[in-house]
Amino acid sequence: MSTTAIQIGSTFEGMPLRLKLKRIERRQKFKALILVLPLLLFILVAFVLPIGRMLFNAIHDDTLLTLAPHTMTALRGWDGKDLPGEAVYAALAGDLKKSWAQKTAASIGKRINYELPGSLSEVISSARKASVLPAGPYKEALIKISPLWGRHDVWSLLKRGTSAYTGYYLLRSVDYEYGPDSQIVASPPENRIFRDVFLRTLGISIGVTAITLLLGFPVAYLLATLPRKSSNLLMILVVLPFWTSVLIRTTAWVVLLQQHGVVNDTLMALHVISQPAELIYNRIGTIVAMTHIQLPITLLPIYSVMRTISPSYVRAARSLGAGPFYAFWKVYWPLTLPGIAAGCLMTFILCLGYYITPALVGGPADQMISSFVAHYTNEELNWGMASALGAILLTVTLLLYYSFSKLVGVDRVKMG
Amino acid sequence: MAASVYTSPLEKGWYYLHRLLCGAVLLFLIAPILVVVPLSFNSVPFFTYPMAGLSLRWYEEFFLTDRWQGALHNSIFVAVCVTVLSTVLGTLAALGLSRPSFPWRTAVMSVLISPIIVPVVITAVGVYFFYADVGLLNTFAALILAHTTLATPFVIITVTATLAGFDHSLTRAAAGLGAPPVTAFFKVTLPLILPGMISGALFAFLTSFDEVVVALFVASPEQRTLPRVMFSGIREEISPTIIAAATVLILFSIAVLITVELLRRRSERLRGIRDL
Repeated sequence: MSTTAIQIGSTFEGMPLRLKLKRIERRQKFKALILVLPLLLFILVAFVLPIGRMLFNAIHDDTLLTLAPHTMTALRGWDGKDLPGEAVYAALAGDLKKSWAQKTAASIGKRINYELPGSLSEVISSARKASVLPAGPYKEALIKISPLWGRHDVWSLLKRGTSAYTGYYLLRSVDYEYGPDSQIVASPPENRIFRDVFLRTLGISIGVTAITLLLGFPVAYLLATLPRKSSNLLMILVVLPFWTSVLIRTTAWVVLLQQHGVVNDTLMALHVISQPAELIYNRIGTIVAMTHIQLPITLLPIYSVMRTISPSYVRAARSLGAGPFYAFWKVYWPLTLPGIAAGCLMTFILCLGYYITPALVGGPADQMISSFVAHYTNEELNWGMASALGAILLTVTLLLYYSFSKLVGVDRVKMG
Repeated sequence: MAASVYTSPLEKGWYYLHRLLCGAVLLFLIAPILVVVPLSFNSVPFFTYPMAGLSLRWYEEFFLTDRWQGALHNSIFVAVCVTVLSTVLGTLAALGLSRPSFPWRTAVMSVLISPIIVPVVITAVGVYFFYADVGLLNTFAALILAHTTLATPFVIITVTATLAGFDHSLTRAAAGLGAPPVTAFFKVTLPLILPGMISGALFAFLTSFDEVVVALFVASPEQRTLPRVMFSGIREEISPTIIAAATVLILFSIAVLITVELLRRRSERLRGIRDL
């Protein structure tokens, strides 16, 4: 309609129609925007901003800059070769004195302790002793108080603190850290845990996704090919667990799989096993419970795609001489691929962020990346580490979500 | 596809194998719920069959102790606030998004849907830091706001789905007959999208009611919700009261699901779509 209007180019109420049309279109755009704006603002403030702040936490740490300002200023001039001069030590003594008076010594100690484990108590006791230190010379006095201050790597660490931005947390998340001269080195073996955690998270997610596909595909096929009446009835068996809370389903698995639970007792009553099997608090429990929870999420998109595939395609292939398996593989299977991609990607994305289920039914060796994020936030209060691990998890998730939306479309996210 | 007369024995075998496998998978899906629910009526605190005897003592504990009732009240309070907030915000947004003139639709939609994609732990940590900054940590407001972000995508999705089949000529007809936009909305649009809105609201309610991770991070014992009490109960020593609570929640979910299904049918009938 708009094109004809433009072609005619007539005037209406003294204004070119084209202009008027544009104005109306703009007003409508504005109206639509106004409707979306409240939620958009809400999501931006209450969701995007907090997550952005968390990401910022992963690279930003001004603990030393705010708690030991004089040392940091003095250190800017240090060339990083030998130990710094008396002026820097004097600044450090002043900062330590102040930190003792303001009870911030523990925070400084904690920050140094992240990178040099075991130095927390040294820093606190240094601050206590420094608070009664007579006036200069400070260099010898401080080194005498604690050998920490005579170590070159400690000063490299402090020098890195002169910038509010640090790569430490992100490096540590991939098992690297700063060496004695601020060069990047692999973490010592006892600290190398995160690569394993990421690989484990990936491994469990891939495993669960594969199992759900293996189990879900035949069921989706059955549901899609049965007449509506009977398939709707069977659908309840899929949708009811889907809408039962994850927590309840995990609870059910705890009850079923525990040492004197239903499964073990049944197996023992049937004399399949002579003593209770370890089914929970290990990998088996995690995989079984996660598969149960994710199965509908893989199954439903496959089912809805299969519904649209006309059975005449396979029949045509058969009548042209293809065997049943050849016809399935060459005709039916490729048509289901969009559903498979949607279901598997969704399951995989959700698996990566799993927290509740591994926490309740998994052993210490089954904890996934999410539980480390929670651990650093709630127990160690190392927010930098929590943010760095979270940032990596989020990046992977968003990349997958992006490919999901390109491949499948955001609008296709469905709930059964 | 039923087994036809002309199938070979191999195909027949495959057909029955497929049925058998599907039966097993469907059993795997439903069994945990069917097996666990009766155990909440067990008279002894064990999780084995055969049960020693029937008793309602765990339900009594659930319905009569302060610990559980307090949590239930908190959960309902939070979920109701979340439902109201997310339904209003989500419906407005869905109305805007479904207008053909809306610019950057996909991008905005992605942002609005993202809370269900981002791992819950990350959301929880993010809001935890944020609420610590603004002094909202350990308040009901924090819990309600965080749950609302998680619940709105469900409202948007259901209302957008209802609007997908919406005939815009109806509102135009109303306008043509002289109805101002507000009247047209309340008399024409709203009744038609109401089923979608109610389903969205119910999904939002369930989302908040079931949510545990955010509740673990931003709420203090003062704001403990039902899932939180269940979570710590499972971690320490699992008692049949937890199963009783779970059973009540399952019944609730079933009621919600049935309502949603009925609403969906009504909405399709209203719009004249009948899927076969």
